[in-house]
Amino acid sequence: MKKSKWLWLGLLSTLLVLSGVLAQQTASLLFVSTQFTPIEEAQRMRQVILKDFQGRVEFIPEDNAPFTNRILSEVRAGRVNVGLAGGLHGDFPPLIAAGALDNVDDVLAQLRDRRFSQTFVNLGRMGTANQLYIPWMQATYIMVASRQALQYLPAGASVNTLTYSQLREWAASIQRATGRRMLGFPAGPRGLMHRFTQGYLYPSYTKSAVTRFRSDEAESMWLEFRSLWQHVNPQSTSYDFMQEPLLSGEVWIAWDHIARLRDALNQRPNDFVAFPAPIGPYGRGFMPVLAGLAIPKGSPNRAAAVAAIEYLTRPDVQIATLVQNGFFPVIQVRLPENLPQGIRMGADAIARQAQSNVALPSLLPVGLGARGGEYNKVFQDTFARIILRNEDVRRVLDSEAGNLRRIMNETRAPCWSPDPASSGPCPVN
Amino acid sequence: MRSERYIPYVLILPSVLFLLLLFAWPLVEALLLSVRGSGGGWTLENFQRMAADLYFRDALKYTLLLTVVIVPLQVVMALGMALLLGSISKGRDLFLYVWTIPLGISDLAAGIVWLAIFTERGYLNSFLQGIGVIQQPQLWLSYETPMMIFVAVVAAEVWRATAIVFVILVAGLQLIPKEYSEAAEVFGATPWQRFRKVTLPLLMPSLQVALILRTILALEVFAVVVVLGGRNLPVLAGEAYFWYNTYQNPGVAAAYAVIILGISVVATLLYLRLLRSRQDGVA
Repeated sequence: MKKSKWLWLGLLSTLLVLSGVLAQQTASLLFVSTQFTPIEEAQRMRQVILKDFQGRVEFIPEDNAPFTNRILSEVRAGRVNVGLAGGLHGDFPPLIAAGALDNVDDVLAQLRDRRFSQTFVNLGRMGTANQLYIPWMQATYIMVASRQALQYLPAGASVNTLTYSQLREWAASIQRATGRRMLGFPAGPRGLMHRFTQGYLYPSYTKSAVTRFRSDEAESMWLEFRSLWQHVNPQSTSYDFMQEPLLSGEVWIAWDHIARLRDALNQRPNDFVAFPAPIGPYGRGFMPVLAGLAIPKGSPNRAAAVAAIEYLTRPDVQIATLVQNGFFPVIQVRLPENLPQGIRMGADAIARQAQSNVALPSLLPVGLGARGGEYNKVFQDTFARIILRNEDVRRVLDSEAGNLRRIMNETRAPCWSPDPASSGPCPVN
Repeated sequence: MRSERYIPYVLILPSVLFLLLLFAWPLVEALLLSVRGSGGGWTLENFQRMAADLYFRDALKYTLLLTVVIVPLQVVMALGMALLLGSISKGRDLFLYVWTIPLGISDLAAGIVWLAIFTERGYLNSFLQGIGVIQQPQLWLSYETPMMIFVAVVAAEVWRATAIVFVILVAGLQLIPKEYSEAAEVFGATPWQRFRKVTLPLLMPSLQVALILRTILALEVFAVVVVLGGRNLPVLAGEAYFWYNTYQNPGVAAAYAVIILGISVVATLLYLRLLRSRQDGVA
């Protein structure tokens, strides 16, 4: 008698635990994202940004490759666990090519009152008739300098209208005065230096990134950049996030993604200034970064995913995302007066960069799919060979143009802004 | 009686299955990945792209160089430490524990510790500035000073991974009966002779294990190098990582993995042949 009582009790409690686990699984939304991979950002996403969301959501940041592979293999296997996918514009093409993303026209229709930027909504269609992701948040790359550096600005130069040659003079006069190379770039293994060459240097000097990759203008651009590099801190090849060397005083002037500069601006707003990227012969090349939210086909919990999208695009949550993790709203929203000073400085620099009459925005690569990494490699290798290894510019451009051409032909990707539209794969002239 | 013959096989079966599932299978998959093209046919394209890559020669050079420098250094140091420990009687455990502390530290953490020492605003520069040797912070870990990055990596690796060799050798030394050494002493052997003729030959199996283990680990060196040198000191395992993660080309990444595997196998066979112990020879 006693034995069977225990048996029943054991069985019952097992059942209880099991049903609890099952209930949790069905109720919880799995939100996988290529954004907020640093542990602090992920924690702020979970504990602050998603705090008021009605429902259970499990936020899992992943690197780009596992993100893509996971969703693709889940959709292929017909057992989808990922309920909501958050990524950059450029993370989605491989998923779209495999038909792994659900159409979210209905979600956008529900969010009419959000006043999304139309440019971003169009980007979210990815060149199709349907909405494939909902704009989530935006960022870009800007420059930050220590106030100590301002006294060395060349005569007549202003940080807000700086040209590339003025930047070189500025860094040179700092080096003359201090004996140290105080300009820095994120050229480390996880740094975003290739975005500088693709979205800032090339467009500013050639109004292109692909078609005029090996043009004469590009050659003289690299020669100029090589002479600027003489004043760059050589530890740049190990910098991934420029906020750290800025805060430690290893560099005084830096270019990087706004999210990778925010600690400097937030911790010591009085010691730093934020300003737009420099201007080249064709204008101020810069790269807006757009992140979006998409729903995988066969999402186990579509209603919860839609609710999460609705939540994340609310004005107050957009502001919370900005304050916590440094990504800016994609909807029209008035920034509150009590924003931290560092964030306000970043917001001002971004607005100046985007709104001036020399603005030359260029997109992150479009349509390269899984080859996006190798596209970046062309720019990384070109930089390493010309700048770090001092190889002949013309020879490097000619040989890397071959790699670039191969990627364009294999992916058949047409040109994207600022390169002029092409009918076939984007040509490398 | 009969069933007992099968018991050992039954008992090792789970571990064999485990190894087949989690090592042999991925190994075969990686091999296949490296020789398959995007279309699915057999190809050497991945290996050609690897060989033509900007970082391949440097990665191969630095990986082999690091192995050749680090492994002998560690074995000599560990052997010295193990012998010293053998002649300590009081506080022996304390030394043992202190020397094995680095075993508990992940290689990434070890890299970060050494980065904190060598970086521009790091401990080394603060110390040198403090005692007045240098006026301005020196750059130790930049692409302009690859030799210094190399030295920093060697220092970090020796600090981090000598303990594993040490532990294996201590265990090996404890297996050697004291009587042999005492007998040799009775016949008038000097300490050096006792070490050469008695201890070292009897330690050979442990040395072999330590060398094989350390060499394979040295060929896979990655986290410490990435932290200290970034891409300035390319190594094979790092390139495999970059090709898989950053360039998203699993084929070329697999080609790098196959190269590492090939070198590891060759090194292991070499050790097995060159350091054949006395017992093996008799048997």
